[in-house]
Amino acid sequence: MRRMSGFNLVSLTFGLAFLYLPMVILVFYSFNASKLVTVWAGFSTKWYGELFRNEAFLDAALVTLKVAVISSTLATVLGTMAAFVLIRLGRFLGRTVFSGMIYAPLVMPDVITGLSLLLLFIGLGVDRGVFTIVLAHTTFCMCYVSVVVSSRLSSFDTSLEEAALDLGCTPWQAFRLVTLPIIAPAVISGWLLAFTLSLDDLVISSFAAGPSSTTLPMKIFSAVRLGVSPEINALSTIMIGIVAFGVVIFSIMSKRATVRQQQEERDAFHG
Amino acid sequence: MRRLILIALPYLWLLALFLVPFLIVIKISLSDVALARPPYMPQLDLSAGLAGIKAFFSELDFENFFFLTTDELYWRAYLSSLKIALVSTLFTLAIGFPIAYGMASAPREWRPTLMMLVILPFWTSFLIRVYSWMGILSNTGLLNNFLMWTGIINEPLQIMNTEIAVYIGIVYTYLPFMILPVYSTLEKLDDSLLEAAEDLGCTRTSAFWRVTVPLSKPGIIAGCFLVFIPALGEFVIPSLLGGSQTLMIGKVLWEEFFNNRDWPVASAVAVVLLAILIIPIILFQRNEQKQREAEQ
Repeated sequence: MRRMSGFNLVSLTFGLAFLYLPMVILVFYSFNASKLVTVWAGFSTKWYGELFRNEAFLDAALVTLKVAVISSTLATVLGTMAAFVLIRLGRFLGRTVFSGMIYAPLVMPDVITGLSLLLLFIGLGVDRGVFTIVLAHTTFCMCYVSVVVSSRLSSFDTSLEEAALDLGCTPWQAFRLVTLPIIAPAVISGWLLAFTLSLDDLVISSFAAGPSSTTLPMKIFSAVRLGVSPEINALSTIMIGIVAFGVVIFSIMSKRATVRQQQEERDAFHG
Repeated sequence: MRRLILIALPYLWLLALFLVPFLIVIKISLSDVALARPPYMPQLDLSAGLAGIKAFFSELDFENFFFLTTDELYWRAYLSSLKIALVSTLFTLAIGFPIAYGMASAPREWRPTLMMLVILPFWTSFLIRVYSWMGILSNTGLLNNFLMWTGIINEPLQIMNTEIAVYIGIVYTYLPFMILPVYSTLEKLDDSLLEAAEDLGCTRTSAFWRVTVPLSKPGIIAGCFLVFIPALGEFVIPSLLGGSQTLMIGKVLWEEFFNNRDWPVASAVAVVLLAILIIPIILFQRNEQKQREAEQ
């Protein structure tokens, strides 16, 4: 099986082509001069110009970024706490309910999460806007963060913390100086995951947003409902570019960090 | 004290913003629609004390759920969502398995790159990935232009705004969810088992069906649930690619809420959808637990 047969090569090639071709086409046609998206009329960057002059899009992008930064940061703090509670604190009253509430939002359809939050906000008489979108995003994102962090915590050697405590650290110092640096990669990937989930969310935002606040996915959705538009192609190209760049940089950095860590461990062992 | 804060903060957050809203949905699904703000009845009147609470509960009923069974639209939407989710899960498996198999058989040094290539689309906006198919599938889209240029067809095929477009959209967007769990079980597969099967007279094909497939079952099951569960409540894909004739329950719920403003019925639709989802979710959890136990 470990031999790369012709069939394997073909299925890999076709599979990756299937995953990437639609996006490549999208990027390609964002440089099309024609308004008709499927007819090639020469190279042009005019849709990018149009996009940057479109204030509605820029405003929406700003709102989306603001929401994503705040809610992914909040979600990282809450999610890391929740992971600690699940992995470290053992039994307490209501633990089953707690772990249920962590895992349930992961499989809950967006329409139900959105609907239930909207009904809550209306019931409480809260004005809907950026604030309610942040609350909604923090809630579902913290569950993802807690799953990512708890998988790292469960493989964590607690004797390191015990050593720190024996050597006179307060619990908070032990956390800050020993635990946090070790789980940091998981916390960072949790934050990144929360950030992209928040940037990407359409359904929950649509329910939680008031009439005055629009996020970028909501804007894109209402624009593309009417059909393909070259401006959206340009916007998509920018977003795909940012993600691709970010993921490549992050994976190179985390690879270097792993290599360095292994090196240090080896040195410590032989030194 | 510190322990208490650590537990209380995430606990109360989830209680207030996940569990309580959900209870509100259940409550409103038992209420009646009313021409008021908010547009449903009854309202809990705590100022009337115990009598108010009693009156409140006596007015709750299952009327909306009966309504869902009498109106053809709803049960057709549920059935059609189930069908679409099931069929597209099978297609995702049929396309995802060979890719995962190809990845697992690739040279070891390629694998991290291949993994990243499969994960990368997942980080890209879901909405954009669905949108990218609109320009390909429409009547004047690239696929039809290409097929007409080659002379295979003379008239454009109607793919956009049909269920076929929804299948394509689901398979495309959820493919990484299938590939990754299947790949992770295939990667761990012990080669010597296949060698043993071949030594004992199995052909390569029968070794594949009798050794590889059964051993990758946990990954296949996990992948299928990871596709089926979100596909069932999908909203974006049917509303962008499916057109008006594709019925899916996520879309019905959205329209019931935003267009018809019938909150009690929308809530009832949500409660029933969740009741349907609970079965695959429990099965999925059980599969995950079994896998964890097997690993230990």
